Amino acid sequence: MIPRLLLASALSLCVASATLADDIKMAVTTSFHNSGLADVLLPEIKADLDLDVHLVVVGTGQALRLGRAGDVDAILVHAKSAEEKFVSEGYGTHRTPFMYNDFVLIGPADDPAHIAQTQSAAEALASIQSTRAPFVSRGDDSGTHKKELSLWFGAGLIPDDFATTWYQAAGAGMGASLNTASAMNAYIMSDRASWLKFGNKGDLVLLFAGDPVLFNQYAYIPVNPATHPHVKSDLTAKLETWLLSARAKSLINEYRLNGEQLFIYNAP
Amino acid sequence: MNDILQGLISAGWLIITFDPDLIEIVLRSLQVTVGAVVVSSVIGLPLGAWLAVNRFRFRRFVIALMNALMGLPPVVVGLIVYLFLSRSGPLGVLNLLFTPSAMVIAQTIIITPLIASIAHQAIRELWAEYHDLLISVSTSHRQRICTLLWDGRRALLTASLAGFGRAIGEVGAILIVGGNIDHVTRVLTTAIALETSKGNFSLALALGFVLIALAILINATVHSLSQTERSGRW
Repeated sequence: MIPRLLLASALSLCVASATLADDIKMAVTTSFHNSGLADVLLPEIKADLDLDVHLVVVGTGQALRLGRAGDVDAILVHAKSAEEKFVSEGYGTHRTPFMYNDFVLIGPADDPAHIAQTQSAAEALASIQSTRAPFVSRGDDSGTHKKELSLWFGAGLIPDDFATTWYQAAGAGMGASLNTASAMNAYIMSDRASWLKFGNKGDLVLLFAGDPVLFNQYAYIPVNPATHPHVKSDLTAKLETWLLSARAKSLINEYRLNGEQLFIYNAP
Repeated sequence: MNDILQGLISAGWLIITFDPDLIEIVLRSLQVTVGAVVVSSVIGLPLGAWLAVNRFRFRRFVIALMNALMGLPPVVVGLIVYLFLSRSGPLGVLNLLFTPSAMVIAQTIIITPLIASIAHQAIRELWAEYHDLLISVSTSHRQRICTLLWDGRRALLTASLAGFGRAIGEVGAILIVGGNIDHVTRVLTTAIALETSKGNFSLALALGFVLIALAILINATVHSLSQTERSGRW
């Protein structure tokens, strides 16, 4: 009885993990996945290429780690210097930047630091710092966190010196950090997509956007078959050709969330 | 409060309409968890009985270790299983990472100590009762263990159900080794974590209510099939 059950469950597992069409695994960042763009692109990729792209949704740091270990066939992230290091160390064949979106500053509707009137991201952050208004940082070494830190440095401020009475490192993903900010009615930096899709906004509103330093470039990197011979490099090349096609360009540029364009296609 | 009500309504709606995505992740949750419970029971129940019947030098230490392992942090188990199954790890060639099989492996490691500990506790009491009888008819070790397992089957069922309970609600380990890939390794708990991170509390709660209902349903079914509560039997 028990061995038979065991066999049956083992068999059902094998059946479940076998798929008929070609498939690859791609590690993507949470911000990309939260945007909902994947739900538009993946069915089109399936229709055009008969290719199932299985997304492993993680932070940029973990995505790079999965690529390094050869656990995925390609990665789609947004952290230029880390990506260049990844490629130069031989884990990726090359880096293909193809679209960008932007980061926005979110905060309580009454805007105690008056960042809505500021002219640059640096000015907005300096204003939050000088009023000691509560600010939630991702604090998880993700691409978004690294970006936030670079903006503080750009404003001539050192986040390490900030008092925890107002500057709180959540150590969590974008969604969880937004939940924290919503509960504390605090300022936070988010990618636009995660913010638009976020369902627990509470009293928070979008206060500042548009400074070019807030632009966020996404790049596609196939894992290097010379380092990891088992990766499906023919399929990742096929996907790359598709991403660089006019079809991908129009799908990405035409994607709207709540009536707003999220991504701007800029492949060379 | 509003979110909770909304969650209950959405849960009802998802179930009534037989939402295909919901059915898929419920079945995958069951597949992974039942797989892990079966494997863990095959290992844990005889192990518990064996520990009750045998006397050896490090027995106490083994029992204490097993009890301690009941509290294994799932995230750590997930990370270790990931490192083993990763392409760069020792078992990378098996290509099991990000599959339901990897999730079964992680959950098996988490619940085997729990099942073995509870089984050991139950069998130990039964062994105290059966000891003289089984010794006097000069049974082999194997026969003793089989007799104890069979006569203690109701208590052992509780051990397996406790393992089921821990596994069905577990998220930390399977998120790491499964990757929460849509239509491949997404199960109820990882879907709940994902929806919470999107701020969709009502959908997350709805899935949570479905999970709780599923756990109750499974337990009730198993109990009624095994007739543990039949009148005249204690």
